[in-house]
Amino acid sequence: MTERSHISVQGVHKLFQSGGQEVYALKAIDLEIARGEFVCLLGPSGCGKSTLLNAVAGFSLPTSGTIAVDGVAVTDPGPDRGMVFQEYALFPWMTVEQNIAFGLQVKGEARTVIQDTVSGLLGLLNLQDFRKRYPKDLSGGMRQRVAIARVLAIDSPIMLMDEPFGALDALTRRTLQDELLRLWTDLKKTILFVTHSIEEALYLADRTVVMTYRPGTLKRDLRVDLPRPRDVASPAFNALKKDLSQLLTEEQTRHDQAEFRGAAVD
Amino acid sequence: MKRLRHTASGVLVPLAALAVWQLLSSKGWVNATILPSPMQVLTKWWAYLKPLEAFDPGQGSYLKWCFSGELPQDAMGSLYRVLVGFLIGTGLALPLGLAMGYSRLAYGLFNPLIQVLRPIPPIAYIPLSILWFGLGNPPAIFLISIGAFFPVLMNTVAGVQNVDAIYLRVGRNLGASRFTQFTRIILPAATPYIFTGARIGMGTAFIVVIVSEMIAVNNGLGYRILEAREYLWSDKIIAGMFTIGLLGLGIDTLMSRLSAYLLKWHRGLEQG
Repeated sequence: MTERSHISVQGVHKLFQSGGQEVYALKAIDLEIARGEFVCLLGPSGCGKSTLLNAVAGFSLPTSGTIAVDGVAVTDPGPDRGMVFQEYALFPWMTVEQNIAFGLQVKGEARTVIQDTVSGLLGLLNLQDFRKRYPKDLSGGMRQRVAIARVLAIDSPIMLMDEPFGALDALTRRTLQDELLRLWTDLKKTILFVTHSIEEALYLADRTVVMTYRPGTLKRDLRVDLPRPRDVASPAFNALKKDLSQLLTEEQTRHDQAEFRGAAVD
Repeated sequence: MKRLRHTASGVLVPLAALAVWQLLSSKGWVNATILPSPMQVLTKWWAYLKPLEAFDPGQGSYLKWCFSGELPQDAMGSLYRVLVGFLIGTGLALPLGLAMGYSRLAYGLFNPLIQVLRPIPPIAYIPLSILWFGLGNPPAIFLISIGAFFPVLMNTVAGVQNVDAIYLRVGRNLGASRFTQFTRIILPAATPYIFTGARIGMGTAFIVVIVSEMIAVNNGLGYRILEAREYLWSDKIIAGMFTIGLLGLGIDTLMSRLSAYLLKWHRGLEQG
């Protein structure tokens, strides 16, 4: 490797207690993510992909092994790794612009800087008409735009995204995927993106990492070299989709069997 | 139109009750001392409400004269006690509730005592309140603040404890300090609970003020009802009771409007 990884996951294990048994949510995970890379974590529910994301975010640290960002070990959550949650997690008591401004206020930025940044982001994400609205008055797609803008506001070099578009309808989802790709190209972020949709992973990522169900390990690290914008109907796209689909079906079957045995927690 | 029908259906039952009441009285089925007629009550109410003396510019402003009747004076006396008692009770409950909701240590320290004191009705403090504070406003306000204290406390604790953990995650992720998390995330997230507590506390304060006026002070709506009892003035008793009812309704409406306005971001409160 010529350049040092932006995110480096080495020998990470994560143990959970489940019904008196010890379960490996993550087992021997090694993952190197380069600066500016878009990586998707793909797998069935319970495969530990969100656990890995939360470990990188610093919300729940690994039982053993190390996670480092720019060579510095992760010990806490921090604004260098902005997170977009599936359930949006906007502060309902703040308007759209207050939500976006929050991270900047925490940082102690000057009022004029905050105003300029917020205005810029409102424009970038087509939210100008909604700046004074409260989250409850927004659609799911709009809420997720605000959540993305909130993370972009603090200008963190890494964006962690936990199934951010999972709750959206197909059309809104595609629109937001395209916007995310546009932002990623313009802003050169490193993105770690969790999804259970094969198509979403192949549409977005430079690399798609497939995880296994219990213990959570890395099963396949697939580089997707298709040119963007990607055509989801193209033969090359579908070949990859079929390939990943087989892998995932195996894991899904193991998940289902475990669930029938009553072992699955989620 | 829909609104009109809504209002119409709302007055139907009160009107029917009034009609039955009037019928009972005018037919002479009940003794007028035991249950005076609605008309009698209304007449008394007006007498109770209106200024005792003719307007005299030398005695002060017109507005002051308007409120110089017995009822306005009583109502203001009661409202003053409710307000002061409520503010003291809430002022003590809020910081304690925030601390207990936020810190396990504070919760562990205070909760046992709180749970023992909470079921004691404020009325039970009457003898001690007189012993400690004598007569007049202080014991009344003491009782009212106890009445307001517990609902606000319990709801504040619940409000802080029920703050969705994901908001705190976002706060930590965006780099908020513990202080910022408390003031800008936990506090606003808990306000719907706190306001509910305040509304219940205000209701309790209103109940307690009437009782406390029956024992310790010599004005106020509660005092007046008890005084009227001495003279068997049933019409005045009923007029006083309705005044309490209307005032209570007014305050509760005001509180609920205020909270609907302040919590306009909150789901489920849009109806006010």
